[in-house]
Amino acid sequence: MAINRQFRTCPDTGFKIHLPADKLIKWNAVTAVVFLLIGGIFGLAVALTRWPEVHLLDADLFYLALTAHGLDVLLVWIIFFEVAILYFASSVLLQCRLATPWLGWVAYILMLVGALITNVAVLRGDSSVMFTSYVPMKAAPDFYLGIILFAVGALLACFIFLGTLVIAKNEKTYEGSIPLVTFGALTAAIIAIFTIAAGAIILIPTLLWSVGYVGSIDTVMYKVVWWAMGHSSQQINVAAHISVWYALAAILFGAKPLSEKVSRTAFLLYILFLQIASAHHLLVEPGLSSEYKIFNTSYALYLAVLGSMIHGLTVPGAVEHAQRKKGLNKGMFEWLRKAPWGNPAFSGFALSVVMFGFLGGISGVMMGAEQLNIIIHNTLYVPGHFHGTVVVGTTLAFMALAYWLVPVLWQRELFLPGLAKWQPYLFGIGMGLASLFMMGAGTLGVPRRHWDISFADATLSHEFPAAAYLMMGMNGVAALIGGIGGAIFVLNMVGTLLLGKKKQPAPAKAEEETVAQGPIAVSGSAGAVSVPGTFTLALIFLVTFILYYFVNWNYLAGVWGLS
Amino acid sequence: MAEEEIKTGGGDAGEPIPFMQQVLDNPFLLLFLGITVPTVTYIIWGVMEVASIPVAQ
Ligand code: HEM
Ligand SMILES: [Cu+2]
Repeated sequence: MAINRQFRTCPDTGFKIHLPADKLIKWNAVTAVVFLLIGGIFGLAVALTRWPEVHLLDADLFYLALTAHGLDVLLVWIIFFEVAILYFASSVLLQCRLATPWLGWVAYILMLVGALITNVAVLRGDSSVMFTSYVPMKAAPDFYLGIILFAVGALLACFIFLGTLVIAKNEKTYEGSIPLVTFGALTAAIIAIFTIAAGAIILIPTLLWSVGYVGSIDTVMYKVVWWAMGHSSQQINVAAHISVWYALAAILFGAKPLSEKVSRTAFLLYILFLQIASAHHLLVEPGLSSEYKIFNTSYALYLAVLGSMIHGLTVPGAVEHAQRKKGLNKGMFEWLRKAPWGNPAFSGFALSVVMFGFLGGISGVMMGAEQLNIIIHNTLYVPGHFHGTVVVGTTLAFMALAYWLVPVLWQRELFLPGLAKWQPYLFGIGMGLASLFMMGAGTLGVPRRHWDISFADATLSHEFPAAAYLMMGMNGVAALIGGIGGAIFVLNMVGTLLLGKKKQPAPAKAEEETVAQGPIAVSGSAGAVSVPGTFTLALIFLVTFILYYFVNWNYLAGVWGLS
Repeated sequence: MAEEEIKTGGGDAGEPIPFMQQVLDNPFLLLFLGITVPTVTYIIWGVMEVASIPVAQ
């Protein structure tokens, strides 16, 4: 059959890989990494400007760099990588041909051209509206046009993913249900389709307004619809990086999910309830009722938070179970101590699970409560929170996956394996600290998106406590450490592609299960298990969570004296 | 501890597939739910509230 000639069998994993999918995965992943580099440099420039002693950029350049940073990392890096994950989780995991590869190239080109158009608009200097582009701030038309093209490309990629699921089902390339990792990717794709639809509803009129065809756009209306896109796109990331966690647990440990039923239900909670949390961006907006705010950010959203807590329990639980099965049964934590901490695919994954929960998760639930939100609204606490989600959570998880995926797909050895060992720690701990320092400064009232907190040339001034300056300096140092970690990652990836040694075909290991036969590609639960270590860790997490939550209520009570 | 392998997918002839599993195995139903719920509780509700704010005279 002609189609068979379009497949190769991966010598490392045993996957039957569709060649057109292989190529698309590679191009999307590489493009993602290039934009991570560009966006990361802007991020470092921003952090160095906010370090009062350094104050690197002038005000205009600062807002330009902040706009470019948000766009290039949050949108371009993450979504290109997610498209690679969608193709991987459908075509590779289901060992099925990718639906309409030509459309995949149309999608790729739309996304690339869109990203370039918006970058040019920002670098020109007339579109420093930051990635939220709140009206009535007006960017040049090509700023919006580029984002719209990018989004159309991403939407096509979601359809290709769904199409591939249909093909796999019709051609019966898998038995029973799709694997859990693919199910997580499906969750991400569904949220993405909602995200992009909302984006179209708001950005097309905004483009027309920027050109002059539409008179004005209501500012609150803009915020409501814009955040349906802006927030939901973060939930694509959560769903995608949790799938990556399950994938890495399966790849590195042969770990089966503790219960397919529980994990899939947790993803279903995401599909139903995660996107409505968009309302947490509107908590201080006048004109919207408390019923609306509280329903969308608390009552229903907590069901989605439950989903996250389930994943936070079942991912390490699956690893613990798999490790114990191999005999690492001593005490509570032998399974964890003897994990491959020197393998960046594991250390990145482990740090991502822990820091996403402790830094991003706890702070997110706190600030999503209507009453508490006012303490931190528009302060640096907000970027502190989301560097705990999208950077040490999503980005680190994607880096961890790349350490496994890139050598396997390209059949090359990692370029600098020695440095790679340290990279997740440098990037993870550097950015984790940056996240903490930003949250600390925010708690002291330091605003986000602010060029100069000393107000040197302002008519009205404000004195921040010395501790706030200290935090901003420490944030700069932490950002440098994280930046070095990020640079090592990019260097390693690019180096592996261009200069990495070709892998020697490994002597065939008889009888051993390949990755393709393992839990990443097959659905099925581990069955009845006990994971005492994971439960202990989960309890520590819950106690921290509860304490932190109450500390903030107490803090809120101190904001306004009553007598 | 006994290791039981639970296969999802109910390949066994005659055994009915549980309702929730049928839901979870249907991507287009999930897509419908994932778009409808937030469209109603977040977008439509929100837009209605904004639209009903009285205009300043
Ligand atoms: C070297 C790594 C990074 C450094 C040093 C860094 C640093 C910063 C700093 C200092 C801010 C400014 C906060 C403010 O003034 O309001 C910021 C904003 C932001 N960062 Fe990062 N960041 C890095 C990586 C990332 C990554 C990987 C992502 C996303 C995946 C990300 C997403 C964002 C977003 C969305 C903003 C908000 C922009 C805005 O307010 O318009 N950052 N970052
Ligand atoms: Cu949000």
